[in-house]
Amino acid sequence: MTATLEQAALEKPAGRGFAHFVRPVLGLLLPVVLAAGWEIAVSVGWSNGRLVPPPSVIFKTFSELAQSGELQTHALATLWRVAAGFVFGVAAGTIVGAIAGYSALTQRLVDPTLQALRSIPSIAWVPLFILWFGIFETSKIVLIAVGVFFPVYLGVMGAVMSVDRKIVEVGRVFRLSGPAMVRRILLPAVMPAYVISLRAGLGLGWMFVVAAEFLGASTGLGFLLIDGQQLGKPAQIVAAIVAFAILGKTTDFIIATISAPFLRWEDRFAR
Amino acid sequence: MLVLDRVGKTYPNGVCALEGIRLNVSLGEILVVIGGSGCGKSTMLRAIAGLDTPSQGRVLLDGSAVTAPHESIGIIFQEPRLLPWLSVAGNVGFGLEHRPKGERAERVAKALARVGLTDKASVWPRELSGGQAQRVAIARALVPRPQVLLLDEPFSALDAFTRADLQEHLLDLWADLKPTLVMVTNDVDEAVVLADRIMVMRPHPGRVFEEIVCDLPRPRDRQSAAFDFAKRRVLAALDRSLERAKITDDREARAAQGGGLWW
Repeated sequence: MTATLEQAALEKPAGRGFAHFVRPVLGLLLPVVLAAGWEIAVSVGWSNGRLVPPPSVIFKTFSELAQSGELQTHALATLWRVAAGFVFGVAAGTIVGAIAGYSALTQRLVDPTLQALRSIPSIAWVPLFILWFGIFETSKIVLIAVGVFFPVYLGVMGAVMSVDRKIVEVGRVFRLSGPAMVRRILLPAVMPAYVISLRAGLGLGWMFVVAAEFLGASTGLGFLLIDGQQLGKPAQIVAAIVAFAILGKTTDFIIATISAPFLRWEDRFAR
Repeated sequence: MLVLDRVGKTYPNGVCALEGIRLNVSLGEILVVIGGSGCGKSTMLRAIAGLDTPSQGRVLLDGSAVTAPHESIGIIFQEPRLLPWLSVAGNVGFGLEHRPKGERAERVAKALARVGLTDKASVWPRELSGGQAQRVAIARALVPRPQVLLLDEPFSALDAFTRADLQEHLLDLWADLKPTLVMVTNDVDEAVVLADRIMVMRPHPGRVFEEIVCDLPRPRDRQSAAFDFAKRRVLAALDRSLERAKITDDREARAAQGGGLWW
């Protein structure tokens, strides 16, 4: 009896450790198998790999770009544009969304226009923004800010509108002032939806930065893409795409990690 | 002293929910309001809480009019309405934010001990059972030491066992702190267990139909004949309030005969 209990006690943490180790790795399974398959296919000569370079060539290009410092320069330029556009887009989306969610009149006034603007494809703005703001950084940042604005606006407006009246009444019973009501009831109540809208906004920011850099940029990962196409270097294109994926995932992870302590209270289906 | 002076409520769509309610509740009294649906019980409670403004008449607490939520009036709703982003202790101390930290911690701990949930201080509301959550809501309402505590069908969503448990609990808390309790309920048993006075209301529009003084000695034995008799009286009044006169006449007659024997 004692032996079995001890055995169970020994086995249990080991089993949990195994699950702990395996679960995040599961997500890597598919890309690794595909990459290895392609690598083998090229190395045994089933394909010449000129248009779709195998992982080893991409990795080589990637490390060459990194060693020459080019990758860092371009990545930083792109990151800076996304960051600046994200800050402006989030600020505008939060303010307009909160006002529209709070005041039905404002919503009736501005929401139809904003919904119409929202359905305009990002590329359509580019010529206009270049005319208005020139071909340098301003037009690019404005374009990214526009991309970030809409999901944040929609998310904040929806979240403010759907705050539970019953919870607001608790604030009234405790005689909270207007600012206290915002700080102690409304802000925490909208926080989960806000974080989701920030992450959606960031995703669109990464999409819009490519549109911005396709047109008249001499730095940035988007420039690397165009450069790779014009000089016939598919490995450079894929390396830039990989860099986009890494940066996008990393920045999203940062938002998710920063917001996690504020959302621990959520009664979620999955954890 | 809580006074309702001809309080009425007519909604903008013309529906009259409440009409001419006159009521005096003295300090430390337990008043239970009972009645069919649509008789304005909750409307009345919300007017006392200052959450809705009555369209006629006034609510007075110690002579001054209540027009907005008041620091001496606490309310417990049918649902616990805990804030999900605060721990249990955070919820209980919600009304004490402007107090020094030490005092707040002490009063929260005391309130949690009173409702028997000291060990749950740091858990999230989602981890509580329905009865525990409602006890936290009671603690939260009691922490600012209200003079009047309003309860809007607070136990109606709980199972019978938890409900009886919480009724006893509420009585203990009341005996300790002696606030004025005004409780709305649908449950005749609950009314007779708790009340000093039972106010039966009638619907369309909501009015006071009958007041029944309930002076059985505490603790009240739910199995006793006197308890049963009081229950029948309330039921009879409820029936009449809903204009089911036929059934009632008979029941009233029997109740009147038995009355002298038991109480």
